[in-house]
Amino acid sequence: MTKSMGSDSSTVIERVERGLSRRYRAEKRFRLIGVGAIILSLFFLVILFGDILIKGLPAFSQTQIKITIFFDPERLPLDKLESADFEALVKSGLRSMFPQVRGRRSKRALYKLVSSGAAYELRKRVLHNHDLIGKTKDLWLIADDELDLLLKGDIARVPGGRFNQQQLDWIEKLERDGNLRQRFNLNFFTSGDSRDPELAGVLGSLSGTVLTLMLTFLLSFPIGIGAAVYLEEFLKKGRFSDFLEVNINNLAAVPSIIFGLLGLGVFINFCGLPRSAPLVGGLVLTLMTLPTIIISSRAAIKAVPPSVREAALGLGASRMQTVFHHVIPLAMPGMLTGAIIGMARALGETAPLLMIGMVAFIVDIPKSFNAAATVLPVQIYLWADSPERAFQARTSAAIIILLFFLILMNASAVYLRRKFERRW
Amino acid sequence: MCTTMKKRLDCNSLNPGAASAVSDEGLNDSNRCQTVGEPLLENPRISCREIDVFYGKKQAINSVSLDIGHNEVIAMIGPSGCGKSTFLRCINRMNDTIDSCRVSGSILLDGQDINRPDLDVVLLRARVGMVFQKPNPFPKSIRENVAYGPKIHGLARNKAELEEIVTTSLQRAGLWDEVKDRLDEPGTGLSGGQQQRLCIARTIAVSPEVILMDEPCSALDPIATAKIEDLITELRDKFTIIIVTHSMQQASRISQRTAYFHLGDLVEVSSTSQLFTNPKHKLTEDYITGRFG
Repeated sequence: MTKSMGSDSSTVIERVERGLSRRYRAEKRFRLIGVGAIILSLFFLVILFGDILIKGLPAFSQTQIKITIFFDPERLPLDKLESADFEALVKSGLRSMFPQVRGRRSKRALYKLVSSGAAYELRKRVLHNHDLIGKTKDLWLIADDELDLLLKGDIARVPGGRFNQQQLDWIEKLERDGNLRQRFNLNFFTSGDSRDPELAGVLGSLSGTVLTLMLTFLLSFPIGIGAAVYLEEFLKKGRFSDFLEVNINNLAAVPSIIFGLLGLGVFINFCGLPRSAPLVGGLVLTLMTLPTIIISSRAAIKAVPPSVREAALGLGASRMQTVFHHVIPLAMPGMLTGAIIGMARALGETAPLLMIGMVAFIVDIPKSFNAAATVLPVQIYLWADSPERAFQARTSAAIIILLFFLILMNASAVYLRRKFERRW
Repeated sequence: MCTTMKKRLDCNSLNPGAASAVSDEGLNDSNRCQTVGEPLLENPRISCREIDVFYGKKQAINSVSLDIGHNEVIAMIGPSGCGKSTFLRCINRMNDTIDSCRVSGSILLDGQDINRPDLDVVLLRARVGMVFQKPNPFPKSIRENVAYGPKIHGLARNKAELEEIVTTSLQRAGLWDEVKDRLDEPGTGLSGGQQQRLCIARTIAVSPEVILMDEPCSALDPIATAKIEDLITELRDKFTIIIVTHSMQQASRISQRTAYFHLGDLVEVSSTSQLFTNPKHKLTEDYITGRFG
């Protein structure tokens, strides 16, 4: 550089031209680095999503077995229908399909092909429709998770592992006769957790998530915006406001498990609120998302041009009128975006909920804020921990659902921002 | 709050009529510039006495005393940073919004102290409207822009009355013919000059008694400026107008009196023709002849 500047013979234009190619090269290099960074991150994203999709998609279908069921009136006394032995119906149906099976061990091996959920299914049907009693019907009933995995190719068809030769023969015969089929796994979306993978569904944890997040949003959005408005518009700048600002930023960086401990100590042990409840979960997540919402709302309020405030104040609007008529509407897109991003973080939060007992095994679908519940990420954690192999696919399937809601929330943040954005 | 009033000035505020006394006795600090010309009037609309303004420790205005008459246009001129805008903002207490700003002295509007603790600043700003340097319409429709002031002050009893206010305000601001077909379009979509006239319409919709204008034409082209100047001349019948301007031509075209500020001091106040043709103070002369500023 100094050399070229020093050479007297070259004109200014020549010197600039010499530097020009270097400038272009530098710009090109920078662009390439940028493109490379994006390609790299897309690559990892594709790997992540691809892996989850490949593992999770099989869980959205479920194997069913066609069994001819005789609704035996002797086994189904009308007065004790609730507690009737529906499993026996399934078993006798299976025995009639394989009449050659003898001996207790063989029979038990045969029964293992069908899920215990089949009996529940029959019970539901009979209770719903008493006319079934005495009739014979071909029904597609839910198969055991291991048979499901075998058909999906996740378990090798060799005797000695999960299945013995006898069972493999039966399965082959069922396939030959067209008595096995794969259908969309509706059960996964309509039931709660279960020890049996083929019966486990996400509805329980999804309801828990919805209840928890609803409470979180209802509490954290107004409180967060109120705090941000007060801090930005009303509080006098000074040492106290600086102190508050530093501490709010600190709160945003506190590990979430500490909020869980706080929730356990304050809400459950001190206030006596129920354990494992969306009520407490929502409160804990509110504490966790508040700093995020306050910080982003303050940024949004700061971005409102002061000329708008001056215009309103100059017309004789009070401070509150200025804030509510002009500042908040203009800051709303930013505040909403911040709130939704905070909520998306809360949606994926696991650690604090473990501390307040939302990690329990809960079969029932929670219907109120103080019913025992769990949430999607905790459900994923629970299933990932389960020994049954079929839970592996379900874990990934639950991740897909979680990601779907995350994308939905983030997309709605973009949409709302576009919709409410006003130019000035 | 930031508007603390010096006790010793109460005697002045009680006796605004004793005008000439102030220039002789009030400004006796040795290093303070004494205002020449005629800062004080008989029967003023606004009378300011010994206004000091501090931003933190820095003094922005130095004991300024000035009277403003009924239905007059008074122009404030002076180099940048001389305190003209700050002085203007004292009159409707817009300086309240700046945390570090302290104002002392007395300002009487129709004989009432505007810094009185029991005075509602909302009411004051309804009486003293303000037009800012940069056109700042709300990002709302033209109609809503004009209707906002009357709405928050409850000036209209029903929709028809509100509509009437909007129409007359826009007419008086000379904007009606240009926007009457698109009252529901955003005010921010207008041109710069139209936006500024919209802001004036918005200000006069509240029917203030005094209008403060802080360099209202500095962001506008000559044609838009000429329109606003005509408008100011027309509005003079109804309002007292205090205008800060950087254009001496503008001051001479539209104002009856001109005040020259210099580094926080009010140097000279005279009738406009006299100030521009026959300035009494050396600083004023230097400024208007273009030797600095």
